[in-house]
Amino acid sequence: MLRAKRKTGLIFFPAFDWAIDPTHPEREERLLYTQDQAMEEGLFDIEGLVEFKSDLVSEKDVRRVHFCVPDVASVMTESHFISAGSAKRMGVAVVTGEVEKGFAIVRPPGHHAKRVVHGARGFCNVNIEAIMIEYLRTFHGIRRVAIVDTDCHHGDGSQDIYWHDPDTLFISMHQDGRTLYPGSGFPEEMGGPNAAGRTLNIPLPPGTSEEGFLYVLENVVLPVLDEFKPDIIINSAGQDNHYTDPLTDMNFSAQGYARLTELLKPDIAVLEGGYSIEGALPYVNIGIVLAMAGIDYSKVREPDYDPESIRQSEDISRRIRQVCDEVTDIWQRRYDITRERQEGKEYEERVNRIFYDTDGIYETQHETVRICRECAGALRIDSSSDRGNRIMAVHIPKNACEQCKTAGFRWYEQAEPSLYRKIYLQNRPDDEFVEKVP
Amino acid sequence: MIIGLDVGGTHTDVVLLDKDGLVRDIKVTTDEADLFHTVLSGIEQISRHIKPRAIERIVLSTTLTTNAIVQGNMPDIGMIVLSGPGIDPEAFRTHEHYYVVGGAIDHRGREITPVDFDCLKHVTKKLKDSGIRHVGVVGKFSARNPIHEQKVRDALKRSFRRVFLGHWVSGSLNFPRRIATTFLNASVYSTHKKFFKAVRATLEDRGLHIPIHILKADGGTMIFDASIKHPGQTILSGPAASVMGAIPFSDKTEEAIVLDIGGTTTDIGIIINQGPVLEPVGIELAGYKTLIRALKTYSVGLGGDSAVKVVDGRLEIGPERMGPAMAFGGPAPTTTDALRVLGKINDGDLEKAATGIKGLAEHLGISVTEMASQVYSTFCSEVLRYAQMLVDNINSKPFYTVREYWEGYTIKPNRILVLGGPAKSFADELQRISKIPTTVVPKWGVANAIGAAFARTTCEVTLFADTQRGILTAPEEDFFERIDSSFSREDAERKTLKLLKRKALGRGASRHDLETEILESSQFNMVRGFSAAGRNIRIKAQVKPGLIHGYEVISRRLMDETGL
Repeated sequence: MLRAKRKTGLIFFPAFDWAIDPTHPEREERLLYTQDQAMEEGLFDIEGLVEFKSDLVSEKDVRRVHFCVPDVASVMTESHFISAGSAKRMGVAVVTGEVEKGFAIVRPPGHHAKRVVHGARGFCNVNIEAIMIEYLRTFHGIRRVAIVDTDCHHGDGSQDIYWHDPDTLFISMHQDGRTLYPGSGFPEEMGGPNAAGRTLNIPLPPGTSEEGFLYVLENVVLPVLDEFKPDIIINSAGQDNHYTDPLTDMNFSAQGYARLTELLKPDIAVLEGGYSIEGALPYVNIGIVLAMAGIDYSKVREPDYDPESIRQSEDISRRIRQVCDEVTDIWQRRYDITRERQEGKEYEERVNRIFYDTDGIYETQHETVRICRECAGALRIDSSSDRGNRIMAVHIPKNACEQCKTAGFRWYEQAEPSLYRKIYLQNRPDDEFVEKVP
Repeated sequence: MIIGLDVGGTHTDVVLLDKDGLVRDIKVTTDEADLFHTVLSGIEQISRHIKPRAIERIVLSTTLTTNAIVQGNMPDIGMIVLSGPGIDPEAFRTHEHYYVVGGAIDHRGREITPVDFDCLKHVTKKLKDSGIRHVGVVGKFSARNPIHEQKVRDALKRSFRRVFLGHWVSGSLNFPRRIATTFLNASVYSTHKKFFKAVRATLEDRGLHIPIHILKADGGTMIFDASIKHPGQTILSGPAASVMGAIPFSDKTEEAIVLDIGGTTTDIGIIINQGPVLEPVGIELAGYKTLIRALKTYSVGLGGDSAVKVVDGRLEIGPERMGPAMAFGGPAPTTTDALRVLGKINDGDLEKAATGIKGLAEHLGISVTEMASQVYSTFCSEVLRYAQMLVDNINSKPFYTVREYWEGYTIKPNRILVLGGPAKSFADELQRISKIPTTVVPKWGVANAIGAAFARTTCEVTLFADTQRGILTAPEEDFFERIDSSFSREDAERKTLKLLKRKALGRGASRHDLETEILESSQFNMVRGFSAAGRNIRIKAQVKPGLIHGYEVISRRLMDETGL
């Protein structure tokens, strides 16, 4: 009889009655064949694989991460509450020891959702991993977290949320941003002045195959994780690197994803993208589940799988080695880079222009972070969208030092009311969220 | 008149009912080694002095197939499985004569790899050389397209006496369970067929020319002829009989826990709005997880004859039974002895019962009465704890759509229905501890046999439409049709109900009892390359488990007689 080597939890929430629109890739049908395959394989009967019931997040859980404009209810549907709630439930099950590993096979996804949310971008409204992580940090004593994003698209939302946080390592491997949405994710995007090198981006050339992904994992991701020593590892498990995915140009496979999962050993995996709903998802999802649970996956392969036909060229291998060396260098020099960037500054400012492709919204952010050697630094975002919404968002990080707390409260108090539709304060040390409507 | 018979581990309960109520009820001792004799003597005693022609219906619930499976008392059969990509089919090996043959179908029923007939030939020879006569053939995704199973059957037909196909067992997806279920069907086939053929012959000799209904695990019946292909469905009908026996005494608005307290076990089931709760996938028996439709029940080793011990200063009841209660000459103190000491029952030797309980009381340094009270209330709280576990288990069922989430109510039981020999003695205490109104079912000692007698014929149909491929199928029913792109979900539901009615009538249903229900109905737009390519429609419908037309009058009389 089949038995999981590691007790593994699964939450399956395919949201069979939710779509962005009827022919959108993010539609009802997306996980239908994955469900068929999972049921036909008898996945939920395997001893040591436990199916959990989906759960909900509260608005408070969302506000721990996001500034929703104008409010949480306006940017989320029921499906988002359940999808985020399922990720949260899976996280809780793992950190409380109900299971050793957990995989939330849920939709809609979340890794393109940034800290400020005016609408949907890249099919995402709220960042379901970040909501889970901040919940675990608040209630389960988790501090150091590593997010490894293996979706084909750069996880720019997760990157934005953890840009300044030295306690969160964010690594994204994805198709080169010059050839794919969202167009970002280059090695020089390495985190803010308080957390340089804690964001690592590994853009991969189109056509990257099993060999390339596993090379990145073994030569960058695993050594970095080893040094960072996270309390938990989260895998944003997008499946659109698959050779049959209609939106991307990579050559990854079910066997490759399973092997990657086996090597990465994530504590919690959360489904992100993946739009080859018949040719890839049924096999990739099964492969990942089996690999997490420590069950033989050697026969899980696509009907048309032919490793020879998807093998990457020597040129691709060379370019991958190059980017890996570059990223490793950033990682090794992270403390020096941090020091250099903090040198002689009290604040750092940046301007972000963000396009919400799904909802067609343009946002401009003026961001100010307090340079801090003790915490992630108080953060202020002045954000306006072309819908006429201008807001001021102040974030005091979870482990903020006294100066950053004071700076945060001062920003909130002194914001000029006549300029904003709303002024928000995310006070993470006290787990409070307040807002003023001038 | 109707005969209902339910074989239990210790006793076999038999009832005879007519339109005015219960004519008579008897208990005969179950002889596990000779169930045939047990069943026949039960029928004979209950129908004594009754004209054969007056008997219109007979329903039997036996432990025949259950025992065969639990004891591993099954003839050697062969299994041939056709897997595709996925978990290694070796993981689902049932026994020695289990072979994997090449051939694969995908989730939409498309052929990926054709059947490897060379390999099949080789396997056929091996099975024949081992003297095997019955074979099960199961393909992955055969519930979507059974063509491989059928081709293999055609190739095997001349070499084996009977071939069982996986897609017969259910329209649900679950390859390992389909393998296990087909294996069980093929394995208990001979035992089942021989037994019921002999019962039928004997009854015919006595002038009873009516179809024999056999109770299934889902609380419904099927006639013997229909059971030949699906003998596995007759397993674990005992707990189902108990739940069906409680249905007439629950209200439309109630969510009830059913407790059938027997000698060695208590069977627990749930009724909502007079309908029993079913297992979501299928029942498990002796380590075999199956696709056999079944009521959601749980058997716990707590009964009147459960041995009571004190271990490390703690009271333990069951699960073993060492024999009858000491009050009835048994070797060790039991729950029944505690009832006797407390005066909850008046049969049996009080002194012997007290001696047994006294032995326990001394360990704990309390009085005999205190000890008996402790046994009594511990028994009840344990039973209630297991009942709560069953309720929690049902309430933790996952949901897959937003709508299901908002609709998803949880069961909050507001009634307990107790039956079984000692039911009456426990009702007050169960009510006191649970604070849930508790009712003893009229004729509690034989209510399970009454449940069997009244059970209607049930079945299920799963239909699958794929307008992109232009196919409409219900493989389980051997139904295949071409459809065009205009085929709608409403068409599919109509077709499913039509197939369901035909199936139910074929399995012995009466036209009055076709209470059908759509269990699942979903439609997905299939989009390829950003434009609509077709619709994928899935419908599942059932004849609801319930009681036959006309039972209400009889159960009302039973209630009046017992003053409820």
